[in-house]
Amino acid sequence: MKSLGSTRQKFAPWQDPTQKPFIRFDNVTKRFGDFIAVNALSLDIFHREFFALLGASGCGKSTLLRMLAGFERLSEGRILLDGEDLADTPPYRRPVNMMFQSYALFPHMSVAKNIAFGLKQDGMARSEIEDRVGQMLKLVKLEQFARRKPHQLSGGQRQRVALARSLAKRPKVLLLDEPLGALDKKLREETQFELMDLQQELGLTFVVVTHDQEEAMTMADRIAVMSQGEISQTATPAEIYEAPNSRFVASFIGDINIFEGTVEAVLDGHVEIAASDGFTMRVESELATTPGNKISFAIRPEKLKLSRKKAENDVNAVKGELWDIAYLGGMTVFHVRLASGHIIKASLLNDVRAVEDPFGYEDEVWVSFAPDAGVLLKD
Amino acid sequence: MNQNWSRFNIASVVLGFAFLYLPIIILIIYSFNESRLVTVWAGFSTKWYAELLNNQQLIDAAFVTLRVGFTSASIATVLGTMAAITLVRYTRFKGRVLFSGMVFAPLVMPEVITGLSLLLLFVAINFDRGFWTVTIAHTTFTMCFVAVVVQSRLISFDRSLEEAAMDLGATPVATFFQITLPMILPAVIAGWMLAFTLSLDDLVIASFTSGPGATTLPMRIYSQVRLGVTPEINAVCTILIAVVAIGVIVASVLTKRQEIQRRRDEHAVSDERTV
Amino acid sequence: MRNVAAAINRRLVILIPYLWLLVFFLAPFLIVFRISMSIPVTAMPPYEPVFDLSSGWAAWLEGLRELSFENYVWLTQDALYLNSYLSSLWIAFFSTILTFLIGFPLAYGMARAPLTIRPMLLLLVILPFWTSFLIRVYAWIGILKPEGLLNQFLFSLGVISEPLQILNTTTAVHIGIVYTYLPFMVLPIYATLEKMDHSLIEAAQDLGCPPIRAFWAVTFPLALPGVIAGCMLVFIPAIGEFVIPDLLGGSQTLMIGKTLWTEFFANRDWPVSSAVATILLIILVVPIVFFQQMQARAQERER
Repeated sequence: MKSLGSTRQKFAPWQDPTQKPFIRFDNVTKRFGDFIAVNALSLDIFHREFFALLGASGCGKSTLLRMLAGFERLSEGRILLDGEDLADTPPYRRPVNMMFQSYALFPHMSVAKNIAFGLKQDGMARSEIEDRVGQMLKLVKLEQFARRKPHQLSGGQRQRVALARSLAKRPKVLLLDEPLGALDKKLREETQFELMDLQQELGLTFVVVTHDQEEAMTMADRIAVMSQGEISQTATPAEIYEAPNSRFVASFIGDINIFEGTVEAVLDGHVEIAASDGFTMRVESELATTPGNKISFAIRPEKLKLSRKKAENDVNAVKGELWDIAYLGGMTVFHVRLASGHIIKASLLNDVRAVEDPFGYEDEVWVSFAPDAGVLLKD
Repeated sequence: MNQNWSRFNIASVVLGFAFLYLPIIILIIYSFNESRLVTVWAGFSTKWYAELLNNQQLIDAAFVTLRVGFTSASIATVLGTMAAITLVRYTRFKGRVLFSGMVFAPLVMPEVITGLSLLLLFVAINFDRGFWTVTIAHTTFTMCFVAVVVQSRLISFDRSLEEAAMDLGATPVATFFQITLPMILPAVIAGWMLAFTLSLDDLVIASFTSGPGATTLPMRIYSQVRLGVTPEINAVCTILIAVVAIGVIVASVLTKRQEIQRRRDEHAVSDERTV
Repeated sequence: MRNVAAAINRRLVILIPYLWLLVFFLAPFLIVFRISMSIPVTAMPPYEPVFDLSSGWAAWLEGLRELSFENYVWLTQDALYLNSYLSSLWIAFFSTILTFLIGFPLAYGMARAPLTIRPMLLLLVILPFWTSFLIRVYAWIGILKPEGLLNQFLFSLGVISEPLQILNTTTAVHIGIVYTYLPFMVLPIYATLEKMDHSLIEAAQDLGCPPIRAFWAVTFPLALPGVIAGCMLVFIPAIGEFVIPDLLGGSQTLMIGKTLWTEFFANRDWPVSSAVATILLIILVVPIVFFQQMQARAQERER
């Protein structure tokens, strides 16, 4: 049996120029009085994608989702679904369904009636409704709870009812607003994979709004990192992590070290930089820049190497003092203070149980990295 | 605020309620007084109740009052609910300030003003005074009370439920009737009962706006009181009190039953959850 | 296209109560004002001029010219009216204070009661409200009469030798107003007190504040919105009260509601009644607007 994840790896419709986007935000702006919640945003989401809108509160991601669902009107721009302009279509006529953050289950209806609600609005025949509701209950494994009322369910169960209800009508697009926020950690992890499997099985397009980067990185095919109503970067989790396009994205996801410097020379595929921390960096980059420019270099903690002595052929190396050590079990994060005062984080995997000559506080260490281990940021 | 019910607190509550209920109790007791004089107790008798049955005027008035009450309360509930929805949901439309003012003003407006102004309106447009003028008058001033009651429930109503309904394909009208209304129903019913009571109770407005053949019970009682106090009035009052009390008790028993059922359901869940 | 239906629905929901109130609440005030500028006649309707569209435009304009402020001038000439207004304001004010003095401890006691009893207490406060207001006022007649129960009771205790004349005095009116309007004072105060977080008092005490001072420093200010609402709900309508001064008050008790009623039903002077009502309305505009602002603000706060 093939794992569903294996099919995902080859899935990249955004790279295919012949593929038409399933959802298109075309220069969308939303204003609330003087406040601009979404600013001239354009985005394409493809069919069968698991797409995540990631950002801190207030960045506009929820507003964007609500505009797609039809609960907010656009100030400017268009939203196209499968080629059709959604314009004035009210939410009750869109082939889009939403799973609400608070679940919004109807308290005066049973689980089965909740799930059946959308089907009833469409005028489906009673027997068909019963069949579909049965299917949904089976999908989320809540068959015995059909007649319960929402207040008689646990948080995790309510979430599954909300999911079943939003899938009952087989929408083209499912919107999920912070779906895992109310669950405890263990349940959250389980549910993440359940959602991914579900999405693959049903072949639907999911758009998830979240502030939790781990959630986005785990579940999504592509992520759009948002800030102040605009998208900073849209890419796969790996690209966002390894090749952030700005300081903001680099520091938003995971930990990052940023070296400032001035460009000394631009060679074929390489850039030489005089770092302000007092060493020379030679990094691989196609970035078009000129000597004399100020530039930043971003590198993840796990890409840094620590050693007691400077190796002969290490190009990028700088000396520092061990300032702080955070032992996290699987890995240790070392905070190294350079002569300039800049503190860098380097993380090492604890892949051996007993380390010979472990690093200690205030030890002198050399921090080094390979030329291709980080990215230059165009700021 | 739920700690130590001090002696002072208990005393003030007991005294307060004694003050509220004493006159009513005295009224009830003296309705069974053998003697005509309200102040001399001459033995237990139900003869005033019997005489009541022969008092056609009072009985007619009672029926008029009930009809006016039902009709005006029902119309007022519909209008008041609409007004509440407008106040809570539609925050931007022209003339909202005026509307809000018109909804809250009758709550404190002296009845003589409301009554007089409505009477003058009816005369000016040549509308014959009778059942409908009283009903319209009562509807107008009670709908505001309904609006206030329903409004406070609507404010705390979770809007995401309505959005979820619309997201699933329900039009705004369908959403209102299938989701919103069932959930605010207790407030709507409370509003109806409030409107009904206010209508039942009203003397001043009815006096101004009523007409021949539509004399309400309070009007009848008032005219008889001016002539002299008779125990028949006590009997009528006692019956009214009994009717209201029974209604309230029934309502609270029903809600208690709902509570018990709900708690029983919840216990069933927590037992099963261990599975 | 489909949104048209939704838009129409929304318009209807706003318009229907709006129109109703405009026609049956606001417009009548304008009519009152217009009639206050007419003269009384023994005819039906008992005032002149009558604006009848069938008499044509000329008659209309003629009618407009006949309107005057005569009635208002007349009101200022008879001390009865001025005294009625002032007396009403004073009686309402004093009664409001009395109602507060009785209502606040009651509401406070209810808010401190054990949670299981509270719904019952609430019901008990509301119950008299559900019984006829006329009846309850009427019951007081039996109690306050010279031969009434209060005097009998005090007599049997030996406290008095002569019956107290309470009925048909202003004191009886005060008692009547307090009694009738008590629930209106208790309910808003109770609602506010109940929502109050008791840990605030505990925090005050933890910081060294003795209970009585904690009450004035913490509880009372937080209860203030409820207190003000309660006072408004008693004061404003009490000014225009009719039934209570009529049944319980005497000829000395001047209240504007009674004066208006007499003017209308006994003297059949519609124009003067209208003038009286107009002035009363003007007096009440300030407190009513204040009350509405309060309500609107409270509504916003709860969002």
